[in-house]
Amino acid sequence: MPYTPHTNEQIREMLDLIGLDKESDLFSSVPKELQISGINLPEGLDEFSTFEKFKAIAAKNVTNKTLFMGGGYYDHIVPSAVDALAGRSEFYTSYTPYQAEASQGTLQVLYEYQSMICELSGLDVSNASMYDGASALAESALMAVRITKRNKILIDGGINPTYIKVVQTYLSFRDIEFEVIDVENFKTNRQSVLDKIDESVAGYLFQNPNFFGTIDDFTDIIEKLHVHKALAVVSAYPISLGMLKDPASMGADIFCADGQCLGNYLNFGGPSFGMIATKEAYIRNLPGRIIGRTLDKDGNEIFVLTMQAREQHIRRHRATSNICSNQNLVAVRSTIFMSLLGKDGLADMANLCFSKASYLKEQLSNIDGVEILNKENTFNEFVISTPLSSDDFLDRLREKGFYAGINLANIDDSFKNQILVSVTEKRTKEQMDAFVSSIGDVL
Amino acid sequence: MSVNMKIKTIFDKSQNGRKGITLPPLDVSVDTKINSSLLREEKARLPEVSEFDVIRHFTNLSNKNMSIDKNFYPLGSCTMKYNPKIVERIANLDGFLNLHPHVVTNNFSEDVQGSLETIDLLEKNLCEITGMSAFTTTPQAGAHGEMLGIMMIDKYHKSKGEKRKYIIVPDSSHGTNPATAAMVGYEVITIKSDENGAIDFETFKKKMNRDVAAVMLTVPNTLGMYNKRIKELCDVAHEYDALMYYDGANMNAIMGVVRPGDIGFDVIHINVHKTFATPHGGGGPGSGPVGVNDKLKEFLPDLGIKKENGKYEFTSGGFNSIGKISPFFGNYGISLRAITYMTVLGSNGMKNASTKAVLNANYLRVRLKDYFDVPYAGMCMHECVLSAKTLAKKGVSAMDIAKYLLDFGLHSPTVYFPLIVKEAIMIEPTETENKETIDYFCDTMINAVKLADENPEEFANYPKTLGVCRPDDTRAIKELDVKFKY
Amino acid sequence: MKKYNEEHEWVEVNGDIATVGISAYAVEQLGDITFLELPEMDAEVSMGDSVAFIESVKAASDIYTPISGDVCEINEALLDTPEVLNEDAQGNFIFKLKVSNADELDSLMSEDAYKNFVDSL
Repeated sequence: MPYTPHTNEQIREMLDLIGLDKESDLFSSVPKELQISGINLPEGLDEFSTFEKFKAIAAKNVTNKTLFMGGGYYDHIVPSAVDALAGRSEFYTSYTPYQAEASQGTLQVLYEYQSMICELSGLDVSNASMYDGASALAESALMAVRITKRNKILIDGGINPTYIKVVQTYLSFRDIEFEVIDVENFKTNRQSVLDKIDESVAGYLFQNPNFFGTIDDFTDIIEKLHVHKALAVVSAYPISLGMLKDPASMGADIFCADGQCLGNYLNFGGPSFGMIATKEAYIRNLPGRIIGRTLDKDGNEIFVLTMQAREQHIRRHRATSNICSNQNLVAVRSTIFMSLLGKDGLADMANLCFSKASYLKEQLSNIDGVEILNKENTFNEFVISTPLSSDDFLDRLREKGFYAGINLANIDDSFKNQILVSVTEKRTKEQMDAFVSSIGDVL
Repeated sequence: MSVNMKIKTIFDKSQNGRKGITLPPLDVSVDTKINSSLLREEKARLPEVSEFDVIRHFTNLSNKNMSIDKNFYPLGSCTMKYNPKIVERIANLDGFLNLHPHVVTNNFSEDVQGSLETIDLLEKNLCEITGMSAFTTTPQAGAHGEMLGIMMIDKYHKSKGEKRKYIIVPDSSHGTNPATAAMVGYEVITIKSDENGAIDFETFKKKMNRDVAAVMLTVPNTLGMYNKRIKELCDVAHEYDALMYYDGANMNAIMGVVRPGDIGFDVIHINVHKTFATPHGGGGPGSGPVGVNDKLKEFLPDLGIKKENGKYEFTSGGFNSIGKISPFFGNYGISLRAITYMTVLGSNGMKNASTKAVLNANYLRVRLKDYFDVPYAGMCMHECVLSAKTLAKKGVSAMDIAKYLLDFGLHSPTVYFPLIVKEAIMIEPTETENKETIDYFCDTMINAVKLADENPEEFANYPKTLGVCRPDDTRAIKELDVKFKY
Repeated sequence: MKKYNEEHEWVEVNGDIATVGISAYAVEQLGDITFLELPEMDAEVSMGDSVAFIESVKAASDIYTPISGDVCEINEALLDTPEVLNEDAQGNFIFKLKVSNADELDSLMSEDAYKNFVDSL
């Protein structure tokens, strides 16, 4: 039997010590009438056949397209060192670091991770990761409700629409009021947001660059939020923080993001991880694990899980969240990735994404029929419209070997014929030129 | 206290201008500018190190971890079993690794038929193992699955025009159960355990009424005990149309033996990083598929799959769906590992796994029962709970025992949980450990008991071999240091 | 004379003012106390209500009022130095109430009865 090392003699010896006749007696505490005879599934496969089976299944997936698709999940480089280190079984097969002395490796990586998230965001404290960007945003909204003891959340329509759906689910079961404020020309509707900020608002959630790629400065909105003692929650694309104004400089109270872009594969959407950071004053309201540095009994520095009384295993129904498992290994990958990248590397990578996207944007604007809909101040994504329906356009480009972007018409009817196009440092001039010429062909 | 040994973080190793990565070239020239007010004034101070610095730093850190591949890791309720290598090899196939989730938005289902097939396989396997009628793989961890389960239960009652107020949990439950109830807006009723460690039946009956939305139970419970009156509990709850939630953290005890769906449970979550051997990764990622019976099918979350004319397509959940809890298919990469593992084991291997898990736990229990307090006597399932109550009177706590074991290459069991057992030591050996390892663990535990008799003061010095010993947790909170300070 | 409830709170009544704190046993079980949430001033509370919250390094616990009344004083100094409870739990109160039903005192445990109760745990 796979992965059970018991010899027949040992099984007999063990049963004898327990005082049982046969293995089935082990389940004597399960009422007989509830027991089943077995599982109605195929018998196990040997390793070789299993591999062949799944290799054939994997081959049914298509992964040979050139990606111009982003929307929160980006086709970035994954350096070899990330796979090599994160694949070490000491990281891979360890458990949550509850026993500090036996987990200094994981604990120190997470401390370094928290430090890096604080550097990206400019904020004071970070937790040790959440499930993903969407749940991090939802938990940030709940944090704002807890901190302000108010019950209304404003959601900017520039936030990734799948995130908005997740946030709405979390909030609706708690009877927390929320309102989505639609964007205007793919940009935050500033006046509308400002008009809605008052003493009833717990927090305003926004994204920068927003889902459509538009970069904005929210300083004035945040100032008004603070006048009314409401919180500013920003979801951001970590790579863009190599270039764009950081959340703390805008005055944001809570920063959250998805970490897939930092050294991780696309994984069909998961596992990725979520990050969340805030001001020190709000640390008791953070969900999830936090790692701290302290001293051991001999005065040696040691890393530990700290502020645990916020968490479910101690505080139970009064915990800040029910989260237990986080996305540790993915956060470890990203810590390694950010170490490789370094201070200049992050800025360089941001610049590559921005510059290449700007090139593509310029080239596309020269094609008859293609219209760029957010012309100014975009990072690595922008919206185009064409005379073709979004479906038709994407299908034709797919046949030519490209995932040309995200079908915005499928997100909202008002985005008819519109496509969200994304570029990363991986796209070469050659690929972009071929893409542009293919678009010229299909139109 | 003065600092004796200081730790070098990756930030301490930083040198201005050093780089650890080569990026693709800038092969285009553009003069597009962004308004300077939108730009960052100072770069984020990520460490400046070489690739080799990074390799050495993190390799050395990895050496400071215990892990299943190196150590026996008998954490109760965590199911630290061997993670087979074939699973990783398959999960790292390019066809699985590099799929963009927005193919869902674009409705390019034909490009991901392989992955949809693996999701279908996993859902069907889980239905068969648990006796439920449908599964979703969108929850990203056990607690996320719990949240989804309680949301569906909430919606079920609302669909009948009812808004119920309470969730019942036993005092032996995982902290996630009451935390989840609160997360979905419920108040918690905690019911004490009886003298056998089971939820007290009479109290349970008294507390049941039509304001109770659901009862959350872990079966076998966190004491490793199977509740003989489980069916009666379900029946009582159903009399009031309260739904039964099965916390599947301890599924590893019952595969092929008994099915939650057959007993009458309405919803269940599975922790695949426990029962189905996906790597724990130092605390995640997990994946927490949720199964329901026919009562709750219509409330399943947004994004599922269906097969029509031999092809898989996406489904977005019906009119009564609770909506999205994850943008796409949750931690797909982890779900994929689970179905791979299940394929290797098959029906026979899964039943065998549960059988050997229970065999190992009971063997260990019998070997240790005369040396420790046994709060609840009798056969256990996949884990057993002992207590160091008597040792504590000599000044040796459960934590002391835990720290002692570390010096012998053994990770400690779960201690101080479940909360209802004083000085609890909760041990789950899992089926993948051989008898020699379990014997070594038992011998070491017995040596600890002997040392407690001879020299109890000595325990304060354990662990002696790991370079650090006994953190000052109070200092960690009072002199908070949660990030590198330049 | 202090009286106790089973959740390890003590209460001492002088005239119509009840002074409430937590027992030395409770503090010993909690370990190093790091954080405290006090009740709202003027809140009307009933015997057994969870009115405050205490957190230590490894545990967290509700504080249940042993007697009904209106909160008339809270010990704000504890917010900055919760650790004084570790030094002297019996001598540092948490809040004071204007008692609404003094008869409730009869249902609480005396010093001796509480000592026996703790020994039985």
